[in-house]
Amino acid sequence: MQYNETELKAVKEFLYKIADDQLIIGHRNSEWTGLGPLVEEDIAFSSIAQDKIGQAQHIYEILHTLGEADADTIAFTRNAADFKSCHLVEYPIGEYDFSLMRNFLFNHAEKIRFEMLADTSLEQLAKLAKKYRGEIKYHTMHSDTWITQLGRANEESHARMQTALNETFNLALGIFEESEFAGNLKELNIFEGESALQNRWLEAITPLLEKASLVIPERSAWQPVYGGRKGYHTEYLEPMLEEMGEVFRLDPKAEW
Amino acid sequence: MKKSIDPRINRLELPANEDGKEVLDELEQWETYEVFHQKKRGDQHVHVGIVHAASAEMALLLAKEQYARRRQTSNLWVVKTRDVTATSYDDSDIFETTPEKTYREASDYYCMDRIRKYQQEHGIKDRKEDRRKKKESA
Repeated sequence: MQYNETELKAVKEFLYKIADDQLIIGHRNSEWTGLGPLVEEDIAFSSIAQDKIGQAQHIYEILHTLGEADADTIAFTRNAADFKSCHLVEYPIGEYDFSLMRNFLFNHAEKIRFEMLADTSLEQLAKLAKKYRGEIKYHTMHSDTWITQLGRANEESHARMQTALNETFNLALGIFEESEFAGNLKELNIFEGESALQNRWLEAITPLLEKASLVIPERSAWQPVYGGRKGYHTEYLEPMLEEMGEVFRLDPKAEW
Repeated sequence: MKKSIDPRINRLELPANEDGKEVLDELEQWETYEVFHQKKRGDQHVHVGIVHAASAEMALLLAKEQYARRRQTSNLWVVKTRDVTATSYDDSDIFETTPEKTYREASDYYCMDRIRKYQQEHGIKDRKEDRRKKKESA
């Protein structure tokens, strides 16, 4: 499909947003490798992290076909201000409760976003959406099981998961920061919109959190943390990017 | 102080148990589940190992990554290790067969020569033999 200048901008921004979220949360989750609570979980969580980074790579490759740099250059050489990731994914890993809750809230948004993208007019993306269905389903099964287990295990685990939910919820609402190009994306039949996604996300996570005996913060306390989609980030992103791209920047021309 | 091979556990400086033995309390480790892997639908499930888990659901979740990540898989089973009833190694002599009773093993039946004779008499082709010859000539 041929896009005019504004449309191309809209498509690129949309793809960057999705892929940057995946890359950053993937890298954060990979920081648990070797430190997981038990070896089986260490392997599972690391594997999920790798899946997310792989998904980001494929979306960067779509961007490359639209005239952007190659995937490695996109991932490892941009400044923080060029990233479109939301604040939720940027925060340090914290304790395992924080990382699990963040992953739970993110996975469900991701799952629904890709469900909505299954018949997007952007064909390359529609293909990926179908391809990732199984992977993302496993990611949500993983987080659902852990949330339920720890939400109901004992007083301490319940308190920690509730605290983690309180800490991550407003950040998670930041996933759904609307783009100035939302209208273009809808017109082009690429994406229905962030508020539709947010509504479906709330419908999905509410019964799951209930099952885990956890309570979503009162609506009056909702304060979505926006800014990430426009390039305004937390203090945590820059050092993470420096570390992530350190080896690549030693010799950007190296063959891997 | 409790000692573990994991330095992170040692750093917690957990007190030793009252009897002085340096062991972890029960349930400080999750129990284990035996994992059975099925390659294709219809195949037998084959035992492949164990996982530690807090529930059967979590065991399946972790088994998927440990045992199904790098091989074709259509289905997994998990069973609590403590629900498995096993024979005792002390009784492993029950599996021994006395040499004089080899007639009880399938290998002791010689019938192929009689089958071939029947096939020749009735003009039936031995497909296995054909395949062997084909393979040799190829």
